[in-house]
Amino acid sequence: MYVELKNISKRFGDFQASDDVSFGIEKGKLVGLLGPSGSGKTTILRMIAGLERPDSGDIFIDGVRVNDMEASSRGIGFVFQNYALFRYMTVFGNIAFGLEVQKHGKKYIKERVGELIRLTQLEGLEKRYPHQLSGGQKQRVAFARALAPNPHLLLLDEPFAAIDAKVRKELRSWLRETIAKVGITSIFVTHDQDEAVEVADEIIITNRGRVEQIGSPARIYKNPATPFAAQFIGESSVLENYASLRGFHYVAGFDKAVIRPEFIGIFKPGKELYPNASVEGRVEDILFRGNILEVRLDVGGSRMTAYRSLEDPELHVNERVSVLVYRLFLYNQEQVRLIENDVISEKDSVFI
Amino acid sequence: MRRVILSKAGPDGPRRDNNMRPSIIKWTLISLCVLFIVIMLILPLATVIVYALRQGWETFRDAVLDEYAVKALKLTLLSAVLAVSVNTFFGLFASWAITKFHFRGKQILTTLIDIPFSISPVIGGLVFILIFGRIGWAYPFLTAHGVKIVFAVPGIVLATIFVTFPFVSRELIPLMQSQGKEEEEAAALMGASGFHIYRKITLPHIKWGLLYGVILCSARAIGEFGAVSVVSGHLRGKTNTLPLHVEILFNEFNLTAACAVSSILVFLAVVILILRNIAEFRVKKETR
Amino acid sequence: MFSIKRGQSSSIIPGFGLSIGITLTMLSLLVLIPLLSVLLTLSGTTFEVFWKTVTDTQIIATYKVTFSCALAASLVNLIFGIMLAWVLVRYEFPCKRILDGLIELPFALPTAVAGITLTTLYSDKGWIGSLFDKIGVKISYTTTGITIAMIFIGIPFIVRCIQPVLEKLDRQYEEAAFVLGASRPRTFFKVILPEIVPAALSGFGLAFARCIGEYGSVVFIAGNIPYKTQITPLIIMNKLEQFNYAAATSVALVMIIFAFVILFLINSLQSWISRIARG
Repeated sequence: MYVELKNISKRFGDFQASDDVSFGIEKGKLVGLLGPSGSGKTTILRMIAGLERPDSGDIFIDGVRVNDMEASSRGIGFVFQNYALFRYMTVFGNIAFGLEVQKHGKKYIKERVGELIRLTQLEGLEKRYPHQLSGGQKQRVAFARALAPNPHLLLLDEPFAAIDAKVRKELRSWLRETIAKVGITSIFVTHDQDEAVEVADEIIITNRGRVEQIGSPARIYKNPATPFAAQFIGESSVLENYASLRGFHYVAGFDKAVIRPEFIGIFKPGKELYPNASVEGRVEDILFRGNILEVRLDVGGSRMTAYRSLEDPELHVNERVSVLVYRLFLYNQEQVRLIENDVISEKDSVFI
Repeated sequence: MRRVILSKAGPDGPRRDNNMRPSIIKWTLISLCVLFIVIMLILPLATVIVYALRQGWETFRDAVLDEYAVKALKLTLLSAVLAVSVNTFFGLFASWAITKFHFRGKQILTTLIDIPFSISPVIGGLVFILIFGRIGWAYPFLTAHGVKIVFAVPGIVLATIFVTFPFVSRELIPLMQSQGKEEEEAAALMGASGFHIYRKITLPHIKWGLLYGVILCSARAIGEFGAVSVVSGHLRGKTNTLPLHVEILFNEFNLTAACAVSSILVFLAVVILILRNIAEFRVKKETR
Repeated sequence: MFSIKRGQSSSIIPGFGLSIGITLTMLSLLVLIPLLSVLLTLSGTTFEVFWKTVTDTQIIATYKVTFSCALAASLVNLIFGIMLAWVLVRYEFPCKRILDGLIELPFALPTAVAGITLTTLYSDKGWIGSLFDKIGVKISYTTTGITIAMIFIGIPFIVRCIQPVLEKLDRQYEEAAFVLGASRPRTFFKVILPEIVPAALSGFGLAFARCIGEYGSVVFIAGNIPYKTQITPLIIMNKLEQFNYAAATSVALVMIIFAFVILFLINSLQSWISRIARG
């Protein structure tokens, strides 16, 4: 493991920001710390950087315990949420700052800054001041500035939070590609699951100061380890009376269920795939999501959200439909369990 | 009535009505304010100038170039320069400590710094009499070493420092607070030293605010009267500052000379006001 | 007391020890220890003697004069301060920048100069004083004169407290009220005034504190007639000139306590405001 946290705890007054946090990150990985605000993700990042000190526990970078090491000697690049660009320095001055501090020669600094300017596609903007740059350009300057002194680990705090939604998508893939090109181990913090899923090789889900789950985006999505992970990732509906759905029975110890939109099929009455497994529902609302329709359903008093392809027969608000739930996650305080629709699995076994 | 007629006149009617009444209110308010400023601020200024010159240019020149007036001006400028330097030095460090770090008792510290701002300047002079004066605890030590503080220049400087103590830090603290500390953190993370960070990152942010504070501090230091009056001893040519010189002339019923000397101070005040406006304009531009 | 909170510091920024050390040292040497000398001087005095000194009828009279004039002056400034701030923020007119720049004159002009010019202006031979003299009203050497001097020094406080608030106040806010059919006066009193009240109050407090402590600009116009136009700071001065240090210090302590109370009220008000602003 390149970066390793062992039993890290941290309080701010009455607020437990980190509660016995342990995880490891492999060299070269791009890792997303994902969680709602107040979940302690930024605190973890700031502790790795040395901007905060943990109350207890150890932090290792490349096998060395860095708890008592000065932040500036940890070999870290840090991109701040609002970039914290030096307002009174040009783009060149910003990127060169860390190199000047390290007392590199003028010639080297010029070369290195030029290299980074090309990498971040900021050619021609060297003499501009931060207030003359767009949000995306500022982010790239912050990125270049963090990379300039050749850090071994790059930390990014909500790197896309201050950018327009439109530019954000482009920057996500740009950041992912550029980090891959540089080959630096990176950790970024985000509260946006789409962002984490799209950018990260690996996601660490945090909640209330604890780590809920670590894994690749796909793995977390398919096998959420905790109730929180099940609800937080994906557009999920929470269901209390799941036993009233056809094909599902009450399982002792599990009172609630989470249903993902893609677990739900919507059929016009009479056209059901599995009539015995379907229940009646009503279309409450239909939202156009660009490439897909998001359908809000009322099924026996419970709300569910499903997706529907634009190619499927058109639905109308208040229309009666047949709703088929293929599978759902049952959960309680500690556990999550994936349950398949009985009727379908029986049928399927017959077909097979 | 008019409202009804106007609204019949078409869609523009009520709108025009709204615009007309405010213009009456607007100009009434502006006139009132201008009148207030003229009576309260401009007339006093005019009084000084007119009375200073009413016995002719010669008298004015004699009063201004009077030996004691020149000495008083020198002492005033000396104590102002010393007080402003000390308080600027303090302001730079205090604002750094208060805005860039979290620590217990910060609120109390800020309040303590503001004390001289809200207590009478007379008390600002009194406290130094209580320490260095004949009944003060430091008096035996001072006389033993032949040092004179009260009724001498050091006392005047100390009293001026006391009264203008918070002026620079008061300007810097809100300014630095609004700018946060991320830029300093970013620089420190790259290993820059404290001095380097201050010079390259912090100072460019606050230079106009600093100037603004220094200007306010200078104005108050030059004009300080109550505190200095207590510790000065009113020795002409030795411990008289310009405001004290004005007082003496006024009490000697030499109104023309008093106003002539005052006009030097008025001139300084106007220069300070102009500088202040430039600095404020720059501060506003930078924080925008 | 001034230790870094464990874990709460961004200890990565250097210079805390040095800057807090210099701050505390200078604050103690130049402000706190001198102020404590007031208490030290009074430590030999019993409370009875202290109380008798500060409640002497002549001194009580100075409190009354000082407080009533300071209150009247701050109220006048409150009204004109709101008006001036409004005019300067919302209207465009010729010479506006000069008017705006002049507001700070009382800060920049030495108080003694202000004192003698106001005295001259309002004396029975002065430009304004002579007008009032004709109708039998005297201004210089009366409490009216003291109030005018206090208005002079208090002008900048309230204007400069309200101005930034008015500048930040979103115009859409009052436009919304206006569109909803509120009349202009109603919009002002129901929408705008509540927004500026906290700032106006804290400006009022600052001006009031300054007026109570003011010496230079008031002492000339006051005339210092015992029981009638004597202000409290002058009593301290008089007692000092009589070498009555104990009495001077006792009155000073009373004034310091008043100043602290006002400062405390302003600070609570400001933290209350920022709490509200944070929502």
